[in-house]
Amino acid sequence: MSVTREEVAKIASLARISMDEAALDHMVPELNNILAFVEQLGEVDTSNVEPMAAVIPQDQRLRDDVIDADPLTGGGRRHDVLANAPVAEHGFYGVPKVIE
Amino acid sequence: MTDFTQMGLKAIRDGVAAGNFTAREVAEAHNDAVAAAAELNAFIVTTPDHALAAADKVDADRAAGKDLGPMAGVPIGMKDLFATKGVQSAAGSHILEGFKPPYESTVSQKLWDAGAGMLGKLNMDQFAMGSSNETSYFGNVASPWKKQGSNATLTPGGSSGGSSAAVAARLCPAATGTDTGGSIRQPAAITGITGIKPTYGRCSRWGIVAFASSLDQAGPMARSVEDCAIMLGAMAGFDPKDSTSIDAPVPDWVRLLDADLAGKTVGIPREYRVDGMDAEIEASWEEGKQWLRDAGAKVVDVSLPHTKYALPAYYIIAPAEASSNLARYDGVRYGLRDLPEGAGLQDMYAATRSAGFGHEVKRRILIGTYVLSAGFYDAYYTQAQKVRTLVQKDFMDAFEQCDVILAPTTPTAAFALGEKTDDPLSMYLNDVFSVPASLAGLPAMSVPATLNSDGLPLGLQLVGKPMDEQGVLNAGLAIEQRAGFTAQPEKWW
Repeated sequence: MSVTREEVAKIASLARISMDEAALDHMVPELNNILAFVEQLGEVDTSNVEPMAAVIPQDQRLRDDVIDADPLTGGGRRHDVLANAPVAEHGFYGVPKVIE
Repeated sequence: MTDFTQMGLKAIRDGVAAGNFTAREVAEAHNDAVAAAAELNAFIVTTPDHALAAADKVDADRAAGKDLGPMAGVPIGMKDLFATKGVQSAAGSHILEGFKPPYESTVSQKLWDAGAGMLGKLNMDQFAMGSSNETSYFGNVASPWKKQGSNATLTPGGSSGGSSAAVAARLCPAATGTDTGGSIRQPAAITGITGIKPTYGRCSRWGIVAFASSLDQAGPMARSVEDCAIMLGAMAGFDPKDSTSIDAPVPDWVRLLDADLAGKTVGIPREYRVDGMDAEIEASWEEGKQWLRDAGAKVVDVSLPHTKYALPAYYIIAPAEASSNLARYDGVRYGLRDLPEGAGLQDMYAATRSAGFGHEVKRRILIGTYVLSAGFYDAYYTQAQKVRTLVQKDFMDAFEQCDVILAPTTPTAAFALGEKTDDPLSMYLNDVFSVPASLAGLPAMSVPATLNSDGLPLGLQLVGKPMDEQGVLNAGLAIEQRAGFTAQPEKWW
């Protein structure tokens, strides 16, 4: 299978990566080379094989359902949470206007 | 005067504990070595004060008669993928440039608790995507090694290329690495150092910037098997904050190190013998078999029939997981924001991600987005996960006949910077021997074997059963004792 320029533009849009014409020119053949390479997986008979879910078998662990179970990720950390924000205003993340 | 930078991790730790020298002297010597090696570009950020503060604490603890940790007095390099509190943790990327985590990763915290200090954050391929350290936003890392009779700058491997260069150049006795498809073993092999990726789940992934979560594992890179065993012991252990962390005790790998392989069987996977294999790599593999026989092991041929399909499966699974993991970089919560004049939220996302990710990262996000998209999911992603099951089953079948597997770590010695950047596939093929163990979640190690005729290091790889780091370390030790690898790069930086 191969991808067209339009399909790559569509994928880039889904992935929220803006790409100009030159970037698309560069990307399309590279993606097609890689897709051609992975195509060989189709040769493998996997009709009775389960897809891997976990490489090391493990039980799902649940933490206790209590507030602030881990103080690092519990509440009351607004300053830490916003410390690396490109724009923080009034104790919130600042974003461009989304509602007219 | 003692040259502390020539000493390994254990020698430093034991010397500090015995009072032969102070941790501060050791930290100062390494800070100086780091400062003098800017040409290698191994560090993105240096943290000499962190190293000195940790050293002073160790010296004070010793003076007060307190117990010292297993890494006490050892200054190390920390791969930029680990979140370090208050110190830029950018994963080698532009989009996280300036990000100073308000928390510490579990693995780095464990190392500080064990008495280690940090010399700085080590350069790496952007988001750990690369095999040559040429995708870093902060520039290429130069290997300290040069080919005989050539002045060309060589790759230190990747993605842990800052780590391998720094340890090989004696800027630090040990460093952390992470391995998704070979990023500890490949750089270790081509710079003549030792590195181990433990069983998936041994080291907590909490606070490590995620690339492909089902594959990512942290591990140590150092200059001997024993040093790796000590450091791995300090890094490993159950962490409730990582849902895939293994809830099992960490064995005392150091105490149980034993190079006597009597009664052990070593498997040689016949599918790793590929057409057109580098003759010197093949010769070193043969020599490795002899060394292990000499250590008492029986050597048998084994078959891993799906080896050929491991790399294509990896290049579906890893980008798929990456496309999901890297969706978090949106210019809102941390890192870069690119807001073109008059742009709305969606345009801001797209502009930020376009400006913040390098070409290799974008390519993998696009591949991942494609293989996970409606209509292609089963043909690509589900099929790759089925093949992954088969790759793992191959190993489990092989381990019915052997205890540990011996193979080359890489298909070639170090190549020159720029040599493979135009062809992603030829770059990906570098990991052909390391990816299968990653897909199967197995412990795997690279140990230096020899120098090739160009004077460049070659490594041998050992792959063990799940949770059997000990078997890998023991076979690694047997090779180390017989290889007698003492070569180090001539200083030019």
